[in-house]
Amino acid sequence: MGIPFEDGNFSLFVRGFLGTIELSALSALFALLLGFMLAAFRVSPVPVLRGFGTAWVTIFRNTPLTLMFFAVTFVLPRLDVHISSFTAAVAALSIYTGSFVCEVLRAGINTVPLGQAEAARSLGMGFGQTLGLVVLPQAARAVLAPMGSVFIALPRNSAIGGAFNVFELFSVQKTLTEKGYAIFAIFFWVALAYLVISFAVGAVFSALERRTAVAR
Amino acid sequence: MSTRTASVLYDVPGPRARRRYLVAGVIGTLGIAALLWWVVATLADQGQFDASLWDAFQYTAVQQRILDGVLATLETFALAAAGSLVLGSLLAVGRLSDHRPVRAVCTVVVQFFRAMPLVIMIFALYQAVFTAKPMWGLVIGLVLYNGAVQAEIIRSGINAVPRGQAEAAHALGLRKTQVMSLVLVPQAVRTMLPAIIGQLVVTLKDTSLGYIITYSELLYVGKLIASNSDGYPYIPVVLVITPIYIVMCLALGGLARWIESRGRRGATRRGAAAA
Repeated sequence: MGIPFEDGNFSLFVRGFLGTIELSALSALFALLLGFMLAAFRVSPVPVLRGFGTAWVTIFRNTPLTLMFFAVTFVLPRLDVHISSFTAAVAALSIYTGSFVCEVLRAGINTVPLGQAEAARSLGMGFGQTLGLVVLPQAARAVLAPMGSVFIALPRNSAIGGAFNVFELFSVQKTLTEKGYAIFAIFFWVALAYLVISFAVGAVFSALERRTAVAR
Repeated sequence: MSTRTASVLYDVPGPRARRRYLVAGVIGTLGIAALLWWVVATLADQGQFDASLWDAFQYTAVQQRILDGVLATLETFALAAAGSLVLGSLLAVGRLSDHRPVRAVCTVVVQFFRAMPLVIMIFALYQAVFTAKPMWGLVIGLVLYNGAVQAEIIRSGINAVPRGQAEAAHALGLRKTQVMSLVLVPQAVRTMLPAIIGQLVVTLKDTSLGYIITYSELLYVGKLIASNSDGYPYIPVVLVITPIYIVMCLALGGLARWIESRGRRGATRRGAAAA
């Protein structure tokens, strides 16, 4: 059972753990940027941009993540684009997660009642004030819980990277399986590592929710 | 949102704002057209539209393989969907049980399988038990993960049924099992159907993980075609397979919307499925 503490496996585990965290953190960052941009497109008053945002989100939300990993891994080299498998994994994960972030943001903005903006305008607030002081703070509160589930899912999804030559926790599982350790014992330790990551992300989001909670 | 419906983010535009939107629209169109042109031009430059790369798809054998891949994907999906709904209902009922040990066990099971990456589970199942039959590794992994997620969806649906319903059923003398199966679950399932089907779309997409354990579902079939044909047509294969997945998922999503619009007699709520 004590697999991580035998034969120098510990450094393998540490590398895998850090690999998962690095991959997830970078992808989270780019997914947020992309998601914000797409959400801005989807709620903008310009029909063309709205259409583009909708098409983009429809395509990438309905494409399996494995297929996207497959695409960046095998398609880009055919186009003479040579990037490391880590960069490719970050691209696949952030494009996939970005469209989910976009949908969460859009849903969040839709939860703000129209009357809130009307009241702000009738008080004489300009566009920036209405948005910054009235609409976005309320949207942000509605967005936190679903955003939490998107970003708890991200490290889980990043495990697919291990099948496409990125070194992270799934690669550790594969390596140790090849070394011939008992499979469910390896599973136990890898599972534990993911539980730690999941609960850490979950704790961050529930702390944020507590801080922004209001009595209704 | 047409310009006539109001939005929380911007006012109904006046003449100057309309002109600005028009300019932004034109610039946006040009930008998107440039992006598409660049994609197509890059593909063409690399010879990806050469007839030789698309030859493979003319063979009936290859077409048959793609069809087989789709069928394998759908078969896995059907098994996983049925299994995850059964497991989900059981776990949901378990989590709502009056008996603390049952509740505790179900909670642990649900939390554990929800936090686990599917690849990790599928790979472990494949290596340990189903090396000869990768499909069952995939199906059981999918059932465990999606069952746990469905359990949470069903549970929150049952909790959302107004309390008076259960109280009235108890007052009529129904037993606990009857209250659950005759009164609460039917109502909960109807409110939660969109969320349940949303999770089924995730299940359908996740069948592509079969690729990793060499189960010949659609994506794996695509890889085989690409790596065994002249000129390694990876890009044509991706261009063929992706729309198939998107259409299958959109069809399921359309089903969800249709059911939602039909069942809008009660308070229907739509929950977004996580990635």
